[in-house]
Amino acid sequence: MKLDRLRGPAKAKRHNARTIAALTGNPGCARRSVLDAAGIDKVKLAERIGFPGSFGQSRFALARGNAFEAMLKADGCAMLRSVLDVGVVDYQDLGEDADDTLGARHDRTRSLLASSTSALIDHPLLTLSVAGQTVFLEPDLIAFQSEGRLRVVEIKSFAVVDGQADAAKVSAAAVQAAVYVLALRELLGEDRVSHEVVLVCPENFSLEPVAVILDVRKQLSTLRRQLSRLSSVSSLVEALPESVSFDVTLPVSSLLASLAEVSARYVPECLSACEMSVYCRDEAAGSTAALGRSVRESLGGVETVSLALDLSTGAASPTPEQEEAAALLRAAARLREEALS
Amino acid sequence: MSTLVALARAQAFAAGRAQPIATVRHLHVQDHPFVLIPLAMAGEANAPLAAMVGTTPDDPRLLVVAQPRNRDERFAFADGLATALVPYLTSFAGDTEAVPVDRGRDVRHRFVDAPQVWVPNTGGVDFLRLFGRSTRFRRVDGEYPVPPTVPLLGQWLTFLAGASEVPGSSLLLNAVQALGMHWATGQSGAEDAHLGSLLAWIESGAAAAREAEAGPVAGPATDPDFDNRVLAPLIADGDPALASVLRELMLPTWQQMWRTLALLRTLPAGDRVATRWDGDRDSYSSFVEHLAESGLPQPRRDGAVAAAARLQRLENAATRYAVQRAFDDPLVMAEYRLAGVAFGGVVTLANPDRVDDTGKRPVLRPRIMVATTETLRIEAGATLTSPARPAQKAKVISITPTGTGWDVLLELSGGMGRKLVADPGTVPLVGEKLLLTTLSEAYRPGVAFPDPTETPWTHGGPPEPYAEP
Ligand code: SF4
Repeated sequence: MKLDRLRGPAKAKRHNARTIAALTGNPGCARRSVLDAAGIDKVKLAERIGFPGSFGQSRFALARGNAFEAMLKADGCAMLRSVLDVGVVDYQDLGEDADDTLGARHDRTRSLLASSTSALIDHPLLTLSVAGQTVFLEPDLIAFQSEGRLRVVEIKSFAVVDGQADAAKVSAAAVQAAVYVLALRELLGEDRVSHEVVLVCPENFSLEPVAVILDVRKQLSTLRRQLSRLSSVSSLVEALPESVSFDVTLPVSSLLASLAEVSARYVPECLSACEMSVYCRDEAAGSTAALGRSVRESLGGVETVSLALDLSTGAASPTPEQEEAAALLRAAARLREEALS
Repeated sequence: MSTLVALARAQAFAAGRAQPIATVRHLHVQDHPFVLIPLAMAGEANAPLAAMVGTTPDDPRLLVVAQPRNRDERFAFADGLATALVPYLTSFAGDTEAVPVDRGRDVRHRFVDAPQVWVPNTGGVDFLRLFGRSTRFRRVDGEYPVPPTVPLLGQWLTFLAGASEVPGSSLLLNAVQALGMHWATGQSGAEDAHLGSLLAWIESGAAAAREAEAGPVAGPATDPDFDNRVLAPLIADGDPALASVLRELMLPTWQQMWRTLALLRTLPAGDRVATRWDGDRDSYSSFVEHLAESGLPQPRRDGAVAAAARLQRLENAATRYAVQRAFDDPLVMAEYRLAGVAFGGVVTLANPDRVDDTGKRPVLRPRIMVATTETLRIEAGATLTSPARPAQKAKVISITPTGTGWDVLLELSGGMGRKLVADPGTVPLVGEKLLLTTLSEAYRPGVAFPDPTETPWTHGGPPEPYAEP
């Protein structure tokens, strides 16, 4: 298949809720769609072409996350059960496995979830169709099934202090949970899966767990909209010349040439969401978008910094659509000059 | 973002250097500030790893927690921070001045100066807020006693963090925000969050800023790579080199903090900065008084009435701050001119002696005509003020289009003395350049809130009295 050829002999990277959330964060970017669909290791690719980013995770954070999760799951999930207030139900761990057994695990997930017995189901393997492709979701959640309805339970190790938590972390968790809700709904149907998800976090400055209910309806509809905006990857890939490949063993010059074939849409938000961002930022230098969405809008949506400046000084004459923006820019330039002289 | 600031960013990109977006300094800079750079342990809920603190550039003091998960060490750190910070904070509670209240019938006293703490970024402010929350309820007796300095530190940090939410307050400031208010860089706001990079844009330019990105972070979060490669082995082995490694990591930020202060001092303070600092001195004075009297720690959460009152105070402060900045700084006022709610023009006609005698008493109501070529989003009937004569009101009588702009006819009241003839210089003369705006510094009285003990049940009822946790 052409997608595999784009990657070369390397192993395909699998999706998880975080990568889907990031992907839908910039739905207009064909480059990321293609790289993700082909399962390219973007960290390696960025390093190889000389634009490494820092996307590592602190081992202290990992250790704490793992410790919190292990504590909740110890003794047959005793603590998790009590914080979720679910009483005595089954606990089924579908475990982890290798690439070639994913299909089997997905089948087991499906049959277990379809059976609708009350249970906590750990590590279910889900699928989601993304940009016309069915992708496996590397699972990192528990589904709680009761009376035929499923609820997504996410364990996070950031603290909830006096009922409040870091807003950015909560909203990231909500988007990720929404990805799981969506995938579960694809598998089981709309009405079997609740739009309310349970977030289990440590409370205040202890490791005592607290369960918080999040309504992810808003995230679900954004996610759906963004997923539908992801241009179909297969047609993107079809349109690429034969020479395009992201096999990281290839020379840097040919990797750069391949990247140039797939258009990107860099925005500063990429810096925290996409492993290619240092490269794309460099490539986008001089565009107003690289200064941020609000700057671009305030400059009247003009593409490049140099054009915005030329319009502001009158060195460039505006097209009819640019008239209004140009007038504003000229006025702004005049006022700045007056105030600074 | 306003078009003016966006344009400044574009200009900064083209020039490879940050561009000014303010002509005066909009915050107070203490002659003796306290710089505090906190570092947190990744993953933990607000566990301190280190702090670099002090009041002079060449004398940074480093506090380190060698085992961040060890409770005793954590409180030893809090004790160390308290020992460095609290005496500084209370050192301003000395000389007082009398301020007339109740229309001069009474006076109250406030301290003539107040402390000022600087952290690198908003993350630093959040860290202090949480650290205050985690320490202010600690008991100095009982099963897990902590040093008495610890809960006191917690109350001070909570006070400072609360003050930093008030727009225009200068008690707790962060370098990134302070610089970003006065200079625009040629990169995005997300990239400006890196203090080293932002400062480099101002001091040396774009290339230096890119280099600075690779430099050490300003905390409170550490770099994951640093955690994994450097910190983890040091902590695991209880290596005594930890302190010197952290010192080296934090020193560049320490220097950047002092350079930030020096840069800000090069700008002249806006005229209204001192008034806002007066307000800071007021809240400092009442907090010192609170500590001396009941000394109860601030509640976990405000009750309904306190929360609503606080929200309104914050909104009022935000409005006042925005207007004061515009009145202090033509470059900020330019944003309102661009939006059409302020305009510059020239007086073309003036009738300074006009008296309106249609009412019970004759009153002085001079009229002037101002010609402008700027965009106007103002209608007849609006009341305008001019930063040059803030006590005077100008009512818009009519706006007439001319070939090149508008003729605005204004009727003036106030700020002209008590007689039926205007005091000299109080009415603009023909030919004078004027700036007029709908912005007003006038005091807006707030809504009255019920006493907290009468909080309706719909809002949770009266707050619980303070209980020892
Ligand atoms: S960093 Fe590049 S590839 Fe990644 S989403 Fe942004 S523009 Fe697309």
